[in-house]
Amino acid sequence: MIPYILIAPSLLFLGVLFLVPLVQTIALAFQVHGAWTTANFTTMADDINFHDAIVDTFAIVAIAVPLQLVLALGMAMMLRGLGRGRDIVLWIWSIPLGISDLAAGLVWLAILTDQGFLNTVLLKLGLVSGPVSWLSYETPTALLIGIAFAELWRATAIVLVILVAGVQMLPKEYNEAADVFGASPWQRFTRITLPLLKPSIQTALILRTVLAFEMFAIVQAIGGRNFPVIVGEAFTWQYTNQNFGVAAAYAVVVMLVSLAATLVYLRALRTPREQIG
Amino acid sequence: MRRSLYLAGVTMLCAWTLVPIYFLALGALGGRDLVNTFPKPFWPGSASLSTIRDFLAIDGVTGATITSVETACLCMLFSLILGLPAGYALARFSFRGANAYRLLILLTRAFPVAILALPLTVGFIRLGVYDTPLGVSLVHTALALPFAVLVSSSLFQAVPRELEEAAWVFGCSKLQAARRVVLPLALPGIAAIAIFAFVISWNEVFAASVLTVRHRTLTAYLLTVLSESPLHVQFAGGFVLILPTVAFIYLVRKHLFAMWGISNR
Repeated sequence: MIPYILIAPSLLFLGVLFLVPLVQTIALAFQVHGAWTTANFTTMADDINFHDAIVDTFAIVAIAVPLQLVLALGMAMMLRGLGRGRDIVLWIWSIPLGISDLAAGLVWLAILTDQGFLNTVLLKLGLVSGPVSWLSYETPTALLIGIAFAELWRATAIVLVILVAGVQMLPKEYNEAADVFGASPWQRFTRITLPLLKPSIQTALILRTVLAFEMFAIVQAIGGRNFPVIVGEAFTWQYTNQNFGVAAAYAVVVMLVSLAATLVYLRALRTPREQIG
Repeated sequence: MRRSLYLAGVTMLCAWTLVPIYFLALGALGGRDLVNTFPKPFWPGSASLSTIRDFLAIDGVTGATITSVETACLCMLFSLILGLPAGYALARFSFRGANAYRLLILLTRAFPVAILALPLTVGFIRLGVYDTPLGVSLVHTALALPFAVLVSSSLFQAVPRELEEAAWVFGCSKLQAARRVVLPLALPGIAAIAIFAFVISWNEVFAASVLTVRHRTLTAYLLTVLSESPLHVQFAGGFVLILPTVAFIYLVRKHLFAMWGISNR
């Protein structure tokens, strides 16, 4: 009896503030003036920004997430070689974890804006002769790269933290044994560390991908609506256009995409049963 | 040779993290003059805190900061009140449905905030909590609660059961034992959970923007003035947002990894 009393408040809370809104959003997306319809989805798909929002969001996810994984893996491996300085380096590397996407967007705005620090560096290197605009709608590729950099900067930390937690749980014996049998560091990494880290990599990828599909404020700060993304459109429809139905339709799209990505990772990175310790 | 190459790599990655924050700080402290300076100086010249002071003097900023702190504190409080008992239950009892509950908690992370925040507008207006720190903090609690439950369950698991049993032998009730023996031992971890809940709320943009109009949190305020305010004001706002979280990450750094380690199981 006692455990149920203890979990009841949290269950009730999540029921009211999670399950109910979830169902409501889906209902909202399929209703116009109380009648069931798919009109909201038609409005959404016919909107001029819809196509760009889908393409841009997927582009950022496809570029940033793999790079974040590679970078974080590299960082996690580098940490193993550090002695006394490990704690301070780890702290520095995890700082972006606490930085909101809005603030991260403003950080990169300071760097990438016309009269910003990037152009200053380029000028000193003699690569440009004056302020160059990188964030306008006329330079979509530069804008994409800029936002990808901001994402890479902000969210590699969360992948790193999950991987470091995973590395700490790895049994040392395997690596020592491989060492005894003359495996090279690279072989030890690809044949032992990577396979053992698979559950952590899976967690990191799921979490990161879901959050990357939610990307919104970072883009808003850097590119405004020059770079439409799915959640940004949901916000505009809700906040500026006051059309809750279409906003909900966008939210449903994000949810479906997130769930699909989660399922793909769960299947693709399955850990065989005999490996579960 | 290899060693120095390796250390150079570590240093570069530290710079990659810190230098962008430094640039934002320069932008924030440089004020209006620096925004129009090009090429930009890499060292603070006549940098002053006056921009930050001006920023805080802008109508609405101080209010927004206070609202943000209120919201984050409420979120912290709710996450602890709801999360700690559940975490204790998962750690100390084996009961039917424990795994289903754990799965449900994990599942909540697969859903975007947008899907939660949108319909709440109407419900919150009806309940009278729309445009209040309380309302926003409720949504933020839904985001922070899963962490609070999972992390506290691993915290309580780490407190040896024998200590609690000894307290029972000496005549403590179960509640007294939990309060006097388990709680103090788990306190540093609980502080970390509290800080994490605070940061989640402090940083959240979407729900806060959708659910407030006049009583904006700092993030919601900054987002809505993005297009109209001058750059140095935006930089100052970003800097104010970042400052406390850097300290917070330092405070919780030990627990960060325990926190994420458990999410793998």
